[in-house]
Amino acid sequence: MASSLIADPTSSSHNLYSFSPSDQTASDIRQHSFYPYTDNGGSTLGITGNDFAILAGDTRSTSGYSINSRYAPKVYRIGGEDETGEGAHIVLSLVGYAADGTALQERLNTVVKMYKYQHGKRMTVKACAQRLATILYSKRFFPYYVQAILAGLDEDGRGALYSYDPVGSYEREQCRAAGAAASLIMPFLDNQVNFKNQYMPGSGEGHDLHAKQAEPLPRQEVERLVKDAFTSATERHIEVGDGLQMLIVTAKGVEETFYPLKRD
Amino acid sequence: MDTLVSAYSRPAFEDEGYSSDEHHELVQSPSSLSLKFAMPPVAKPSSFLRALTDDHANPDCPIKLAHGTTTLAFRFQGGIIVATDSRATAGNWIASQTVKKIIEINSCLLGTMAGGAADCQYWLAYLGMQCRLHELRHKRRISVAAASKILSNLVYSYKGMGLSMGTMCAGVTPQEGPALYYIDSDGTRLAGNLFCVGSGQTFAYGVLDAEYRYDLKEDEALELGRRSILAATHRDAYSGGYINLYHVKEDGWVKHGFNDTNPIFWKTKLEKGEFSNVTANL
Repeated sequence: MASSLIADPTSSSHNLYSFSPSDQTASDIRQHSFYPYTDNGGSTLGITGNDFAILAGDTRSTSGYSINSRYAPKVYRIGGEDETGEGAHIVLSLVGYAADGTALQERLNTVVKMYKYQHGKRMTVKACAQRLATILYSKRFFPYYVQAILAGLDEDGRGALYSYDPVGSYEREQCRAAGAAASLIMPFLDNQVNFKNQYMPGSGEGHDLHAKQAEPLPRQEVERLVKDAFTSATERHIEVGDGLQMLIVTAKGVEETFYPLKRD
Repeated sequence: MDTLVSAYSRPAFEDEGYSSDEHHELVQSPSSLSLKFAMPPVAKPSSFLRALTDDHANPDCPIKLAHGTTTLAFRFQGGIIVATDSRATAGNWIASQTVKKIIEINSCLLGTMAGGAADCQYWLAYLGMQCRLHELRHKRRISVAAASKILSNLVYSYKGMGLSMGTMCAGVTPQEGPALYYIDSDGTRLAGNLFCVGSGQTFAYGVLDAEYRYDLKEDEALELGRRSILAATHRDAYSGGYINLYHVKEDGWVKHGFNDTNPIFWKTKLEKGEFSNVTANL
């Protein structure tokens, strides 16, 4: 039954946890090393539509097998007026090491605010996305242990979503899942948002089948998909659960919703 | 040992809040691609980084960076063909199937990315900036030779720090005509007619070397680029997704689509009878 103790059968990484970074050697000799990271688990997910973008994250914070908090937000408002984030037009989710996450969020928030004060206009999501990439890359040799997703509305008012690796390579996408349960959620999203491996019924047989074309989904449908993704991930991943926090960016501003998940 | 002691013997309050550099960066409008990097407080930053991020030496590393690629570029009588796949992998996980691995440095210069995705994206953006500055200072476009040398000198200055990139610079200028350079993070810089870079390079070379001639016609050259990437996506697990195809001509580059490999594969098999190792029906 050893396999049931492994956190994620798809990732096969046994020493993701900071309490045992140096026990790879079988002998008694242990090499101590500088290990400044902890994986705080959890998962985030973003989907865009025609005139909105949704970023969601669960609110569980773990360290190894311990649950340290059931309400530790992973999604942030960027460029808002004060602590409440009032007036923000960009949202950011950070999953990985929570301390790096909050530090990075504060840094980007400061940059976006300073931009507004200096230029007298809001930073576009495109500009903010490029800036986040350079911030992440400025720590290329001592990385932020985070997977970031940035979302907002582009110059044409359409939903925009950018996903990042820990050192700042980024890409604009329709949808992206990140974090512990990314390998569980992303295939679901490929199928349900981008209609991967779905074909038009009756369009032919075998190679004649026409692929179903992806098109932006309505908001209600997207919210339903997000809830399904997280309730399902909660069922199969120990680091996901407790609560689902969603930030929805529309032309009117940022709305927040909270939906409880299983707490076991 | 002394370096370690000195690294840790600073008073704790020194690191609180933003350092004067960071404060300056936040208050002044920052130069967006600054060359200052945060370093871990250890004696050998490169081995720290290797332990955390290098997934070849240590597959269980906590920070997985996007890797894996097939890219190719070749010179022919009608200009330069540049083609890539679009898959990014982090270990066994396919991080993305829609990566744009051909980076448009400016309207006449293209760069390709293989190796660390962030390294290529960042430094080719930096190169784009330097090329624009050269244009403004000298009132003419930079040569491909000079542009590629900016990049190779740059990565050479970071040698041993853990950068990972294998890139090609392709462009057409009035001075040089069509020019193609290969630059990698070891500091290698080579001019040539034909290069394939990445985990799928051998498979691409196999097809490209067999069919390549300098006097290829334009449509033949495009098809050869496409077919070489297709061969690589078929045999290299780390390559796949979409085929990204560009043609660099005298008056700038032309994009020739970002197409899914799967329909192209079946079209190649069923209409041309290639890939006979694969059975179409059981």
